[in-house]
Amino acid sequence: MDGIHDLGGKYGYGQVIRETREPVFHDRWEARVFAIMRGASAAGAVKNTDQFRHAIERIDPVAYLTHGYYGRWLGGLETLLVEAGLISQAHIGSRVAELGGDPSAGIAARPAKHPDIVAYESVAGRSYRPLQAPPHFRVGDRVRTRTTPSAGHTRLPAYARGQTGRIARWHDGWVFPDSNAHGRGENPQHLYTVAFAGETLWGAEAEPGLTVHLDLFESYLEES
Amino acid sequence: MTETVPQALRAEALESLLVEKGLLDPATVDQVIVQYNERVGPMNGARVVAKAWTNPEFRKRLLADGTSAIAELDLEGAQTEKLVVVENTSDVHNLVVCTLCSCYPWAVLGLPPKWYKDPAYRSRVVREPRRVLEEFGVALAADKAIRVWDSSAEVRYMVLPEPPADAGSLSEAALAKRATRDSMIGVEIL
Repeated sequence: MDGIHDLGGKYGYGQVIRETREPVFHDRWEARVFAIMRGASAAGAVKNTDQFRHAIERIDPVAYLTHGYYGRWLGGLETLLVEAGLISQAHIGSRVAELGGDPSAGIAARPAKHPDIVAYESVAGRSYRPLQAPPHFRVGDRVRTRTTPSAGHTRLPAYARGQTGRIARWHDGWVFPDSNAHGRGENPQHLYTVAFAGETLWGAEAEPGLTVHLDLFESYLEES
Repeated sequence: MTETVPQALRAEALESLLVEKGLLDPATVDQVIVQYNERVGPMNGARVVAKAWTNPEFRKRLLADGTSAIAELDLEGAQTEKLVVVENTSDVHNLVVCTLCSCYPWAVLGLPPKWYKDPAYRSRVVREPRRVLEEFGVALAADKAIRVWDSSAEVRYMVLPEPPADAGSLSEAALAKRATRDSMIGVEIL
C-alpha cells in the first residue's frame, strides 16, 4: 500500500542521526516488545512475517514516524492481538492506568473491524519455495515494473514502480508477500534481483555511478 | 535513558496481560536481552569477514553462497534464509538498506542500529548515497561505482568490506576486531 512506510526516495527527513555507543536495547520496554512478538506468534496472532509487516504498515502514520522501530512493532502487535480476539484495547488501557499511565497515550495500533483471516501457518517461518515451473526471465533481460499501486501489502516500493531495469540474479521461488500477508495463500513466485540505473530512477539529479538493486517478484515485472 | 515514553507503559501493560493469560513466559524479556547483547551481534559478521580476508577459498564460497558459507561458522540467529554477500573493491562500493521496513541480516549483524531504521537513512540512501556517506565521514572517489541493495524480499545482504591497509600483518582473530558493523552495512571504509 502507498503508506507512510514506503520511504525510498522521499524528501524531507533530514540528516541521518547516529548515536555514539548505541545500546542494543535503549530501555527495557524495547526488549519487552521483542518478547511480546514471541508471545503473539506462539498464540497464533502473528502467522507470518508478511502479515506482521502489513500490520505495521497499517498503524497510525504519525506514530509510524515518531514512535521508533519498537514503537512500530508494538503498534503492529497490538493490532494483530486485538484482531485475533486475544486481548481488547480497553483491557490494555485499564492496565496502562493501573501502571500509572495515560490509557489514551502512545497508541499506534489500528485494528480493523473486519480483519483478514490467516488460517494457515508458514513452515517454521521459512519462505523459500523452490518451483518446478521455469522462471520467465533470465539474467540480463530488460524488465519494466508494474505501474499500478496496491491497496494491500506489496514489496514493490513506489519509487521503483513503472521503471526499467535488468535482471541481475534469479533466486528461484519464494512465498508471495502480497497474498500471504492477507491470508490468501503462499502462491510462491520466482524472485529476481533487478538492477536499476540511478538516472532511470532519479533523472538528471542522480549521483554518478549509482545502481539500485531490488528483489522483485515475477508478477511485478513485464518484458521491456 | 531516563525519559519515559508512553509506549514503554503500553508495552509493559501488553506484556503483563500476555503473561497472565499464559501466552508468554515472563523470563522471555531477560532471555531476549542476553541473546542480542551476548550471542547475536556484529561480532559474528566480523568473524565471517575476517575469515574471508584470510582464507581465499572461504571468500569464494562466501561470495558464491553466503548462507552455506556462514553455516560453517555455526552462528545463531534469524533472517539469513538467503544471505548474499557483496564485495567492496577498489572500483565498487556497496551499501545495504531496507526502504519498506528495516530488513537486516540478524545472524551476522545482530539487531540494526537506530539510524538504519529511521526515515532519514531509508528515504535518502537509494537516492543520494554519496551525500549520506559524506555525513558518515566517507568520501567516495567520483569514479567509483556505487551499488545500493534495497532488501525488498527475504534475501538479506551483507557487505564484505575492503581489508584495512595493515591487514597482511594481522591474524584472523585480530582482523575480526577490526571489521565494524558499519563497514558491513557499507557506511564505513576501514
